[in-house]
Amino acid sequence: MAGVTRAHVRTRRGRWGVLAVAAVVLLVAVVASLAVGSRPVPPAGVWAALTGGDVPAADAAAVVGLRLPRTVLGLLVGAALAVAGAVIQSLTRNPLADPGILGVTAGSGFAVAMSIAVLGVSTPAGYVWFALGGAFLATVAVYLVGTLGRARVDVAQMLLGGMALTAVLAGIVSAIRLTDPEDFSALLVWEAGSFQARGWDVIVPVLPFALVGLAAAPLLGPALNALALGDDVASSLGTPVVATRLGCVAVIAVLAGSATALAGPIAFVGLMIPHAARWVTGPDQRWVLGLSAVLGPVLLLVSDVVARVILWPGEVPVGIVTAFLGAPVLVVLVRHRRMVGQ
Amino acid sequence: MSGVGTGDTTAVRTHPHRARAAVVTGALAVLLGVLVLLGLALGDYPLGSLDVLRVLVGAGGDDFASTIVLQWRLPRVLAAVAIGAALAVAGALFQSITRNPLGSPDIVGFTTGAYTGVLVAMTLVPGFVGGFAGTATAALVGGLLTAAAVLLLSYQRGVQGFRLIVVGIAASAMLQAVNTYLLMRAQTEVAMTAAAWGAGSLDLVGWAQAAPATALFAVLGVGVVLASPLLRQLELGDDFAAAHGVPVEPARLGILGVGVALTAVATATAGPIAFVALSAPQVAKRLVRGAGLPLVASALTGAVLLTGADLVAQHALPVALPVGIVTIVLGGVYLLALLVGGARARR
Repeated sequence: MAGVTRAHVRTRRGRWGVLAVAAVVLLVAVVASLAVGSRPVPPAGVWAALTGGDVPAADAAAVVGLRLPRTVLGLLVGAALAVAGAVIQSLTRNPLADPGILGVTAGSGFAVAMSIAVLGVSTPAGYVWFALGGAFLATVAVYLVGTLGRARVDVAQMLLGGMALTAVLAGIVSAIRLTDPEDFSALLVWEAGSFQARGWDVIVPVLPFALVGLAAAPLLGPALNALALGDDVASSLGTPVVATRLGCVAVIAVLAGSATALAGPIAFVGLMIPHAARWVTGPDQRWVLGLSAVLGPVLLLVSDVVARVILWPGEVPVGIVTAFLGAPVLVVLVRHRRMVGQ
Repeated sequence: MSGVGTGDTTAVRTHPHRARAAVVTGALAVLLGVLVLLGLALGDYPLGSLDVLRVLVGAGGDDFASTIVLQWRLPRVLAAVAIGAALAVAGALFQSITRNPLGSPDIVGFTTGAYTGVLVAMTLVPGFVGGFAGTATAALVGGLLTAAAVLLLSYQRGVQGFRLIVVGIAASAMLQAVNTYLLMRAQTEVAMTAAAWGAGSLDLVGWAQAAPATALFAVLGVGVVLASPLLRQLELGDDFAAAHGVPVEPARLGILGVGVALTAVATATAGPIAFVALSAPQVAKRLVRGAGLPLVASALTGAVLLTGADLVAQHALPVALPVGIVTIVLGGVYLLALLVGGARARR
């Protein structure tokens, strides 16, 4: 298929087939995420540990106590970021959009860091609201910077706006952390996304928000398909244009916000995955959203496994790995004129 | 009569710009002088500005005051002035060549690349002797390689501003990931030293860094002065420059090379300092209101920005911060304002 850009699977059966293959790949990624680490456990041992079979206590502790919550984290964050990326690319008509690159996750992380440092919020249940609010404000801000004063969205303008926003907010967070490195070590997570030391205590309070966002996104699919034809055509087809846009902003804020509350700002997942999904299924948003929700976790789980082995026996933040993998994709996309249209 | 009349109108037409440029340049120089005095006077052991002046001209003052001013504070202030000016000139060269206010070295990833070069040398090259020369070489190699990669990757029938910026953003993101990885895998002592100026800081600058850096900047400054007529011709368009006998591509590459070298020496001295190269030339241009990017006013603006930012970083908050954090916040806000303002103007 090398060099073929219109490789879309067009039949319904073919698309379900693709989805099934993606699901199998996801299963493999889940097993790898449970098995790989500074204490490797063979797949059979993983199964035994999960079903309460007879395994060494240390293996069981590693799999059930450490890697199971981490894998759930990867599933949630990956799906949330990939779907948020698909929606934000569609909303902004910007193929280079991504909640991380555009500064949405930075806004979210900044709000959380401020709530921790200034208001003394300490529990995930408390700061998840700040994560959502910060993501919402950043989405609106970036959308305004990118669309200000012109009918067409300016892709470069939007990217630079996101970069500037990220730089300012991350700079303030690290300034706050540097004023008291010991008390504010918790803020490190909000500078580079990481799955380290994030357990059920973080997952449980954020889970409902992530699930609501993931459930709401597919509802936008048909309206986004209509909006792709232009605002006028969409409204003549009976699509409520403004309501759809507001819905998109809300879904992006909920998904990117909960992903950030779970793992800190992680970039490039929302850029890469929707492009991969669109490449396979074609421009139908319903399929792009669905396939993104499966492929996003694959990317994040694989990145997390890489993050665990690359500095064996230590590990690096998973956001580092996604940035390293994702940046070349951005270069390829921008060299591909048709995709960017500038 | 008529001849005198035309002469007068020409004089009137050119005069206000020249006068404005001269006034702005003078005002910037005075402001810089005040900031330098403040930088030398403020600190844990505050000195009066008269004491500082007395030490500077060598007219007595006690030994302790002279040690503080000449040995501790002067290298730092001098480095802030020189690095600020160098980054601003590098930014002006890049922005001029790319014909894009956003095509500055920090946005297109060279600053991050220079830091990557230093980190690779520190953590991966066995027997790497730190010191200023080694660090500067590593930063130069890293900056040049990044520059070459970004230019090659954004080249498609010519370098286009939009593609250059996006490729630069991608390169910065990737190199930042590499930098974090290198820092994490390094030995603790190396990582501490490397991370100390990772945010861009003048805390570790003494004469051992400030003296060679200033000398290198001076050499590169001669290059800038020699290149500036070519730059003015290129600003008028490639065809115009070619018609006037300028070898367009070599001139452009040479000017970019000087810009990369300025950025690399600055990064080797103080670490990656963001957004001075981006904002200083644009601020200077708005102050002078002439055509083209004014190099002298840019250099002064950059020096004022960095010296001022370093004062803020040292004294404005309860804890001293790396100056890079101050410039990143101020510069980022400025970039956002530039984007919003630019969008308004085009409406």
